[in-house]
Amino acid sequence: MAMILNEEQNLLRDSARDFVSDKGPVSAFRKIRDEKNADGFDKALWTEMAELGWAGVIIPEEFGGADFGFQGLGVVLEETGRTLLPSPLVSTIVLGSSALMLAGSDEQKSALLPAIAEGKCLMALAAEEGAHHAPYAVETAATADGDGWVLNGSKCQVLDGHVANQLIVTARTSGASTDRNGISLFVVAADSDGVEIEALSMVDNRNSANVKFANVRLDASDALGTQDKGADVLDAILDRGRIALAAEMLGAAQQVFEFTLEYLKERHQFGQPIGTFQALQHRAVKMFGELEICKSVVMEALTAIDEGREDVPVMASFAKAKVGDAMHLISSEGVQMHGGIGMTDEHDSGLYLKRARVAEHTFGSSAWHRDRFATLSGY
Amino acid sequence: MSDLDQFRQETREWLEANCPASMREPMSESEIVWGGRNAEFPNPDSKLWLERMGERGWTAPVWPTKYGGGGLSKDQNMVLQSELKRINARPALFSFGLWMLGPALLEFASEEQKLKFLPQIVRGEIRWCQGYSEPGAGSDLAGLQTRAVPDGDDYVINGQKVWTSYADEADWIFCLVRTDTSVKHEGISFILFDMATEGVETRPIKLISGSSPFCETFFTDVRVPQSHLVGELNAGWTIAKRLLQHERTSISNFGAVTGSEPVPLEYVARNYVGLTKDGKISDASLRDRIAAHRMEDLGFQLTLKRVAMEATQGSGPSAASSLFKSYGAKINQDRCELTVEAMGAQGLGWAGDAFSENEISATRQWLRSKGNSIEGGTSEINTNVVAKQVLGLRDHQ
Repeated sequence: MAMILNEEQNLLRDSARDFVSDKGPVSAFRKIRDEKNADGFDKALWTEMAELGWAGVIIPEEFGGADFGFQGLGVVLEETGRTLLPSPLVSTIVLGSSALMLAGSDEQKSALLPAIAEGKCLMALAAEEGAHHAPYAVETAATADGDGWVLNGSKCQVLDGHVANQLIVTARTSGASTDRNGISLFVVAADSDGVEIEALSMVDNRNSANVKFANVRLDASDALGTQDKGADVLDAILDRGRIALAAEMLGAAQQVFEFTLEYLKERHQFGQPIGTFQALQHRAVKMFGELEICKSVVMEALTAIDEGREDVPVMASFAKAKVGDAMHLISSEGVQMHGGIGMTDEHDSGLYLKRARVAEHTFGSSAWHRDRFATLSGY
Repeated sequence: MSDLDQFRQETREWLEANCPASMREPMSESEIVWGGRNAEFPNPDSKLWLERMGERGWTAPVWPTKYGGGGLSKDQNMVLQSELKRINARPALFSFGLWMLGPALLEFASEEQKLKFLPQIVRGEIRWCQGYSEPGAGSDLAGLQTRAVPDGDDYVINGQKVWTSYADEADWIFCLVRTDTSVKHEGISFILFDMATEGVETRPIKLISGSSPFCETFFTDVRVPQSHLVGELNAGWTIAKRLLQHERTSISNFGAVTGSEPVPLEYVARNYVGLTKDGKISDASLRDRIAAHRMEDLGFQLTLKRVAMEATQGSGPSAASSLFKSYGAKINQDRCELTVEAMGAQGLGWAGDAFSENEISATRQWLRSKGNSIEGGTSEINTNVVAKQVLGLRDHQ
């Protein structure tokens, strides 16, 4: 177990922090939002991030990556989380490259991973079909047709769906609509005939899309992993996504906590800093305590992935639920403790509150993950 | 072989030869060895185990050998602890002297005092109790009123202490007394004396959970030599605070030390509440809260580990450690509440054959756990301290 960062990871953290504060402060996110940037992130900045090796941070060296593992990626996500810097790190790197590394054929890996590591290929996972997280509720169907498949159905909550070059799609190849068995994965080029992508405007201004598939023809070689057993891979992909998102949320929550604590020391009422009031002090300590716990949980969860441990699913639900709850608390307190100014668009608190709720929901809410945690623990 | 590997091998061999087999079994609370003049040993092996460990100084592994300690380095001590854990060895001695007083004496006492008191602590010969709280001085401990007035070579002590754990079984007391009434914190001194001295009286306190180790302790014209004062006159508050840090750490670790693993909540719930067809605890709300509690507990355990690792890296005590006491208390209280809730009426019995030993014990533990957030400094005071010292928030003016 590695509960503390090693020297390389510390260096990565420092360089990520420098880069993010220099090129991707919260004002950069505001610019993207206010200019209604159609990409939803800064493509030039993504190229720079890729040049720093971030796009290939979990990709093996043989495919052009840095093979730094999820602990390395976690360090970067925490820093981009601090400034709400939008990038395809989660959609393309965590979900997309994981899908290929976990289940891809040699051809699929060679075709896509090097391009992903260079920052040139963007990926998205098209798995959800409803407003609530339900990974096995798959009605989108792939029907055998000659050597290949025909895909029909629709997906929602597809992160970075409208900018992706390739989609990882879950489709039913057998079984009933909520069966865990009978789900298969496919790699679908976003510009295939019959793919229709609609970008959504979400409260956190991050990319999300609805995707429709109408008689999309796929080759046999577009299948990813074992037919009907896609849920095994999907779970593993989502668990990586959950843990990575927990790392991003941890960064964001720490940032809110830090600027809120500063405000408690600066803002004067009744002739003294409001941070001298015990009602606020105790809530600040509560936030601090939750963050300390979350740091340990996130680090342990990232380590579990890198060590290939069997408890990755438990750790993923643990981390997502725990950090989700902490983020919920801290983002709400961030607004409340700033008072009126916290309600204004000009202040950053609201941006974190909005991001918090979307991130809490994504890949399963805290309640969803407590349920899964209990089930995985045998009760 | 490195020095440390060598040490590990020697330690392993010594423990193999010297730790009796019965000392490698899990122990109950009644088997705890507290030492002292009237020490009770549940079996001869526990006496032998204490003697052997005490002689080697391994009850206080990092204290200097000239004071009876083991003289081990931090690294060697980690090896020793891991070897003890490997064979599930029981702690040879439970002692406020080891956990609280000793570290304070090492830092503040005169050479003469160290030579006199520390070796006795290491060998478990003298059992200590702590005279801190008073009826009028709980959270505001520095408001204590017990007076020590100089008279010849002695102090004459009058006053009352409360919540003195095991005062009725202890041999000596480390006590906070007022030596200057004109100031508050700066008028407190730290003094040691024999509980057998004339004028000392103790009375046990019965709690909501039943009998308890706590006592009220009364001092009437108790004469104590002035040489038993530790540190400077009127400088006892600094020692008191330092000692409280040790106490808070030992309270948060206490459950782990006794090795008494409580029955996991999910088993209790399974037995008393039942399962659905697909194997889930049938009370969905209870199940959700058990999962949330397990996460809190696991997160806390992971944080204890992280902080221990950071400490070995020499980055100093982590800010997180200030939270251990109140978090540990909260988690234990939640566990007790959920256990009693899961047991239903069977978790609310007081005595008699209608309730199993486990059920009665759960009820008593639940009641007792309410004290976790009070003893050793309330969680509210602990939170004030974190706000001030860790977050840098100032006192209200």
